[in-house]
Amino acid sequence: MNAIGTSVPRLEDERLLLGRGRFHDGVIRPGQLWMRVVRSPVAHGRIRGVDTSAAERLPGVVSVITSADLVGMPRIPVRQPAPGMDFTPYLQAPLATGFVRYVGDPVAAVLADDPYVAEDAAELVALDIEELPVALDARSAADLELECFGGHRAEVGIIEFGYGEVDEVFAGAAHVVSTNLRVGRHSGTPLEPRGLVAEWDDRAERMTIWGATKVPYFNRRVAAQMIGLPEHRIHMLETDAGGSFGVRGEFYPEDLLVPYLCFRTRRPVKWSEDRAEHFVAANHARQQEHDIELAFDEDHRLLGLRNEAWLDNGGYIRTHGAVVAVLTASMMSGPYRLPACRSRVHIVTTNKTPIGTYRAPGRYQHNFVREHALDVAATQLGADPVELRRRNLLDATEFPHRRAIHIFGSPMVLDGKDHLEHFDKALASSEYQAWREQARAARESGRLVGTGCAFILEKAGLGYDSAIVDVDTTGAVRVAMGGANVGQGIETVMAQITAEEFDVPAESVKVVLSDTDILPDGSGTFASRTTVVGGTAVKQAAEAVVRKARRVAGVLLGADPEELRVEGGTLFAPGDPDKRLTLAEIARVCFTPAHLRNGEEPGLIGRSTYVADGMTYPYGAHFAQAEIDPGTGQVRLLRYAITYEIGRAVHPQLVRQQILGGAVQGIGGALFEEFRYSERGEPQSITLNDYRWPRASDIPEIRLDVFEDSPAPGNPLGVRGAGEGGTAGAGAAVANAVRDALQLTGDVGALPLHPERVKELLRRRDGGDADRPARDA
Amino acid sequence: MKPARFAYFQPDSVDEAVACLRENGGEARVLAGGQSLLVLMNRRQIRPTALVDLKRVRGLDYLVRDGEGLRIGALTRHIDIENADDPQIRTAFGVLPESARLIGHLPIRTRGTFGGSIAYADPRAEWCLLAVLLDAEVVVVSEDGSRTVPAKDFFTGAHQSAARWDEIVAEVRFPHPAPNAALVEFGIQQGDLPVVAASAAVDLDARGRIASARIALGGVADRPVRANGAEKAAVGSVPDGRLLDHLAQLASKELDPPADPRTDGHDRKELATVLVARALRASIARGATAGTGATPRTGATPGTSATAGTGRQADHQKAEDR
Ligand SMILES: Cc1cc2nc3c(=O)[nH]c(=O)nc-3n(C[C@H](O)[C@H](O)[C@H](O)COP(=O)(O)OP(=O)(O)OC[C@H]3O[C@@H](n4cnc5c(N)ncnc54)[C@H](O)[C@@H]3O)c2cc1C
Repeated sequence: MNAIGTSVPRLEDERLLLGRGRFHDGVIRPGQLWMRVVRSPVAHGRIRGVDTSAAERLPGVVSVITSADLVGMPRIPVRQPAPGMDFTPYLQAPLATGFVRYVGDPVAAVLADDPYVAEDAAELVALDIEELPVALDARSAADLELECFGGHRAEVGIIEFGYGEVDEVFAGAAHVVSTNLRVGRHSGTPLEPRGLVAEWDDRAERMTIWGATKVPYFNRRVAAQMIGLPEHRIHMLETDAGGSFGVRGEFYPEDLLVPYLCFRTRRPVKWSEDRAEHFVAANHARQQEHDIELAFDEDHRLLGLRNEAWLDNGGYIRTHGAVVAVLTASMMSGPYRLPACRSRVHIVTTNKTPIGTYRAPGRYQHNFVREHALDVAATQLGADPVELRRRNLLDATEFPHRRAIHIFGSPMVLDGKDHLEHFDKALASSEYQAWREQARAARESGRLVGTGCAFILEKAGLGYDSAIVDVDTTGAVRVAMGGANVGQGIETVMAQITAEEFDVPAESVKVVLSDTDILPDGSGTFASRTTVVGGTAVKQAAEAVVRKARRVAGVLLGADPEELRVEGGTLFAPGDPDKRLTLAEIARVCFTPAHLRNGEEPGLIGRSTYVADGMTYPYGAHFAQAEIDPGTGQVRLLRYAITYEIGRAVHPQLVRQQILGGAVQGIGGALFEEFRYSERGEPQSITLNDYRWPRASDIPEIRLDVFEDSPAPGNPLGVRGAGEGGTAGAGAAVANAVRDALQLTGDVGALPLHPERVKELLRRRDGGDADRPARDA
Repeated sequence: MKPARFAYFQPDSVDEAVACLRENGGEARVLAGGQSLLVLMNRRQIRPTALVDLKRVRGLDYLVRDGEGLRIGALTRHIDIENADDPQIRTAFGVLPESARLIGHLPIRTRGTFGGSIAYADPRAEWCLLAVLLDAEVVVVSEDGSRTVPAKDFFTGAHQSAARWDEIVAEVRFPHPAPNAALVEFGIQQGDLPVVAASAAVDLDARGRIASARIALGGVADRPVRANGAEKAAVGSVPDGRLLDHLAQLASKELDPPADPRTDGHDRKELATVLVARALRASIARGATAGTGATPRTGATPGTSATAGTGRQADHQKAEDR
């Protein structure tokens, strides 16, 4: 009934479509003050002084704080520590202390009774900053010793993963192919920028915070520890969110400043980020340079992979710690039969906005780098790129496939099914070979058309999460789960999973997320984990409710609890279907003294915490066909297709939307989106006029085939994550299509493939010098 | 993203508006569609002390034929030009409605005004480019009366014009029909201001030789520019592919385009060559099919060539509509 596997109408839709959604900016508290952050205008400098007096004198200004007000407060900690790596010197303080490290680094915060006045006052805060040399290139900056980090090197550390005798393999290989590739700096840029509202309740002596997404429990913990409040004095409440993409919802300086100022003034404080702020303050992502080498035998079998990469981490280490580097390095080995691999990522700080985890962190990069290198190899070996992949993809005999690597403490076990079979199905459903023929014919007629494919390895589901399911005396079913609503439809999915257990309609289930008063802990929404981990916790909690309901009903009906049937929210013995007990009736019994005397907990409640043993590894393929305007260098995607192994789709339509939306973001990073900097480290992309989102007219219809061939063995739902596979392969497929359209023998060098970069590739391909007149079509 | 403090006035007539402007001194600004002004104010890149909003001013919103010419009132919205259904405007000035749809997105075209675009004098703006190509005249009004400035003298620099601080752009006049005019542009994405735009109006004589040619470029200097040398060289020649490429080279040769972070000066010059060649082809194709063709825009269908005929171009416009 409306449950797992059906695309029920989203429970969120009614309120969102009728304007009843509530986003952080819609939270308006009586007497609220507005915060405005004063940000560093320089990329690297020593703070000589911050004069707040003029700002403080402006009528309407309540408070102006600088780092001097936060003396003794710890810096923002990492959420995911990396064993053996000490991030301490590189952590960000809520307000810059002594030095500024990027344009946008918060230096002061102004609190005023009106957002206009707050902005006026922010302009009056006088910053005296001595400019220092800026480092904008990770590879060359690694060895710098930095005063702002107490003399520590700009390179925070090196993440290395490997197995096999890689150097020996390369020494003996018949063919070695190497390339240097760069991924540009772009990020998740949600439609709704960040924002928070905090309100102090004098009677309860506690604070309510609206607007936290992604990891509200972690954020509560950090805010409590930094301010010096018991955790229970902070209550995080859910709002709707216009996207997170991994970026919105991490603990940023503002996530301390808002509750801190609220606590200090005991007044409601609101902060609503504007777009220009978002572009310099919220996590950037992706930027990496890679040297990658592939070794093959005479028969084009992959023997080894070596990768050395430099991650341009920006000004500080933020909450994700080394996750991007870990996921790049560990998963570089990909979906292929690969006897030996060594992959290293240098994490290097620079004077740009700090980076973080953005949809498919590390995987956008490793899939691009490896899959593009494979295409270069195909050309150099005289092999067909499709056949080269087919020859090396893991097949049915090789699963589960264990790599001698541990990721986040768990062994890397590729838990899918025949990757070669998936690729063959993908080739057939996308009709890729026909696209290739078309492109070839178009090239013969003088057009620059090409195709590219990529096989991607994804990962999902990590850590633990908790859930409570309860049925009250009216029969109403409520679920509380530790994940967060970021606009992805997770309420509907959790309702479906619960509804399945009670055989009731999904819309009858109420889902509460990110309310820190209901559940003691929750891990949050990231890493394509919410359905895999949180969904499993919900399933198990609902099962616990059903077990209890059976126990109670068994006694009342005089039947064996195990034999009872659950149908439409009622329980009955198969032999006596007319005698039914509703969940409401059972719940009422659960509050009687007789029931409690049996040692039972009051109420019809089930709880569960699910801890994933390791990650699950979804996989899929991306295909692109592109045409290039030889006069302008403009790339236009003509066709795009994706196949993806999802294990099991709880809500098939939501899975599709996740993958399609993700693909559009991936294409954005491949063709349009880029945070550019001047030589002085000044951001050049601070409006949507410079930072270009892909638009409907830039995206062809995307053909998507979702497969359920290989239920994930590690969780009872059999689900694999859906959130990131659409993004993870887009850079690779687009780059390969452009390369093919240009018929390059080498690589494309870098993403994104802006028109001027493509023109440069055209010029270099044709060996012309820069003054050669352009050709027209 | 909150503007600094300003005073706000809503005059009901042009007379009141120009009086209000003068009263408030040089730091006041006219507010028309707000699609350029408010962006700058919200980012505090400009801080006018007062805004004189033309929203209530009547009688500046029109497209009227005047003899063989066309007059456009300053408050005419981009979308009204895009949707102009007078068949004679469509024939004689088809390039205007067709170029309108290249401006921004629907909400921007619904609010932004023709006069605002002219007054803002962006060196890449379609209206500024076409005003220069088609030898338009700009009528400006102040408390002292009105005067008419030829477009070639009106644009004096990037976002600078011959209009004084106390003058309002009231009307733009296109004196002569231009059934063959075509505009071709390259922007990174649909709806952006172009990086470079080229426009051409070529008329052929009875023997198929070029009788006259007008060529103008946007995005290659601090204002839209005419390619005088190429225009002269065109006259009397047979417009074959080689000639058009040659003219395109000539047109871009004299340019010294400014660099921006995304496209360096050299790229713009190369783009200019490509786009002038395409604009010339489009204009000639339009002459051949007597004004039924659509204005092609590059970028959507790579390699589009105007001589490929109007059918292909129509497809390509559709592709952009998606
Ligand atoms: C996302 C986006 C995309 C865009 N894309 C394009 C594009 O592709 N091509 C393009 O040409 N434009 C584009 N624009 C700009 C748009 O066309 C504006 O409408 C136009 O530039 C200004 O017209 P406006 O009526 O909005 O003027 P406003 O923004 O109100 O004013 C602009 C300036 O002109 C002055 N002004 C306005 N009207 C008058 C007048 N009658 N007399 C004297 N001074 C006046 C104002 O004081 C101000 O200085 C885009 C804008 C946006 C936001």
